[in-house]
Amino acid sequence: MASRVVPLGFGSRRTRGRNPGLPWVLWIPACLALALVVLPVVGLLVRTDYTRLPQLLTSDAALSALRLSLVTALLSTIVCVVLGVPLAVVLARARGRGVRLVRAVVLLPLVLPPVVGGLALLFLLGRNGFLGYLLDVVAGVSVPFTTTAVVIAQTFVAMPFLVVSLEGALRGGGQRYELVAATLGARPWTVFRRVTVPLLLPALGSGVVLSFARALGEFGATITFAGSLEGVTRTLPLEVYAQAQADVDSAVALALLLIVVAVVVIAVARPKAFDR
Amino acid sequence: MSLHVDVAVTRGRFTLDVAFDVPGGGVLAVLGPNGSGKSTLLQCLAGLLVPDRGTVTLGGRTLTGVPGVQVPVHDRGIGLLAQDPLLLPHLSVAENVAFGPRSQGASRTRARAQARAWVREVDAAELAGRKPAQLSGGQAQRVAIARALAGGPRALLLDEPLSALDVDAAPAVRGLLRRVLRRTHVGESGADPDGRRCAVLVTHDPLDALALADDVVVLDAGRVVERGPAKEVLAAPRTPFTARIAGLNLVPGVAAEDGLHTSDGRFVAGVRSDDCAAGEPAVAVFAPGAVAVHPAAAPHTGSPRNVVAARVASLEPHGAVIRLRTVGDGGVAAGIAADLTPASVADLGLEPGSAVRLEVKAASVAVHAAVESPSPFPAAEP
Repeated sequence: MASRVVPLGFGSRRTRGRNPGLPWVLWIPACLALALVVLPVVGLLVRTDYTRLPQLLTSDAALSALRLSLVTALLSTIVCVVLGVPLAVVLARARGRGVRLVRAVVLLPLVLPPVVGGLALLFLLGRNGFLGYLLDVVAGVSVPFTTTAVVIAQTFVAMPFLVVSLEGALRGGGQRYELVAATLGARPWTVFRRVTVPLLLPALGSGVVLSFARALGEFGATITFAGSLEGVTRTLPLEVYAQAQADVDSAVALALLLIVVAVVVIAVARPKAFDR
Repeated sequence: MSLHVDVAVTRGRFTLDVAFDVPGGGVLAVLGPNGSGKSTLLQCLAGLLVPDRGTVTLGGRTLTGVPGVQVPVHDRGIGLLAQDPLLLPHLSVAENVAFGPRSQGASRTRARAQARAWVREVDAAELAGRKPAQLSGGQAQRVAIARALAGGPRALLLDEPLSALDVDAAPAVRGLLRRVLRRTHVGESGADPDGRRCAVLVTHDPLDALALADDVVVLDAGRVVERGPAKEVLAAPRTPFTARIAGLNLVPGVAAEDGLHTSDGRFVAGVRSDDCAAGEPAVAVFAPGAVAVHPAAAPHTGSPRNVVAARVASLEPHGAVIRLRTVGDGGVAAGIAADLTPASVADLGLEPGSAVRLEVKAASVAVHAAVESPSPFPAAEP
């Protein structure tokens, strides 16, 4: 009788080997965690009034909120990349005592309630804030309660997501490729352009998606710093909040729209972090 | 391009203080164990580290002169070939090799042509379109060699270039390195030895040093403990430390007419070399393969002149053989390496702690003069 050989599949990562023993206890909290994420969405789907859905979603207020949300989130993501990539590189590569402190400051918006962030922005750029006063007197510009304020608020809360994921990638990758490029005669700017940035692209992808998603969902800082003016600063989350007090069906429909946009973002960009 | 190095760096309790010259076209091997200062030395040469004192000059140009001069990495004309090929993963083989010329301002066409020549030079023409992830370790290191040389360095640093390769791939890459290092630059006239590229090879493998280098310096704890032509230093190590690197056993003592007296009163029979007179400080050197291992209780056979009792400290695979190291009651029997086949290790039932008798024929032991300066290693002294 021939004995059967059971392949263990240790050979390669692709081989779907058997699990070497997952403690069954983990399944309970894991399922609870999943339920916590999925069930509220299900509740929303159940609560939705599907007959009025098209009409609710195509209302002027909903469409303008959607347009505003997409435009501002896109703009703030661009600002995040343009400013955040250099910041991450400086934080990961610069040496000096101040760098650790600066890193802590960069992470501040991650732990700060967005409302507090909004207040802080208001006191900086508001009519009575020192920079706001300067802008008002010198250029006659007032930032708060404008679409620009929305973009600033979103960038404020979203940038740390990008910086953190890039900095992690930069530190994890080390500087060996950059060093080799330099020994081949590449100047620092060439090294940055032809080595650092290309190697950073995968992390940049997931960082961009994370910060876009965060900007899209931004509420607290926006409403404090930019207010809720329809067509100017009332983004989709703000519209949901406004409708929740007036017309619950409409709020639910808009919430559904936000979920769809979020799912589309994840599906289209499909960063590596989500693609295992 | 001759390279002149004289640097000192102190980091905490560690001090590196070395000086050497490499003539144009020459290859210098730097041997030493971990922590001997090899990487610190490479960092000083590559320009990543500013030494506390000293100078690095290449072809008459001062690259590092403390205080005052520190030419940045990209402008030093010093190429680097590391243990890991470090090919840029987003570029093809050809683009990787063209990176150097392109970064130094060559036109796209010219850089591509140079890359093609170098890729051919390392027999990797058929790999030109591949991405680094599609290469084997040996192929990747070939391409890394082409890339380093295509950058047109005036000196090349090789940092353990073969140690990450498997046993099958290393000889071919070693052969390639030998070919490119021992020959003039592609498209370079080469008549003037001072215009030729020199190289510094950091390694722990004496074979690399013998195959590639003219001269070696042996570093230990940040100092040069031995230097000279590679063949001479490695065939006749003067310090226990170099012997260990060279994979040889070494017993210090005083030369006698037909052997050597150790400081603990033993006599080691051997063949005295011409450079060494009786009564002078000397070392007895023998290869691990020349040591026969018997169980302590087994009867004596034949007539080996050198017999010593010892205990097995460790057994480790070493290429095709098992390298045994001993512990002893101090003196000669401690730290001797012997090579056995796996079969004889099994036959003798050896394991750490086993009592053994080591036998070495006198004809296999060479007695060489020891270093003239007092050795910083009072190794086998009681």
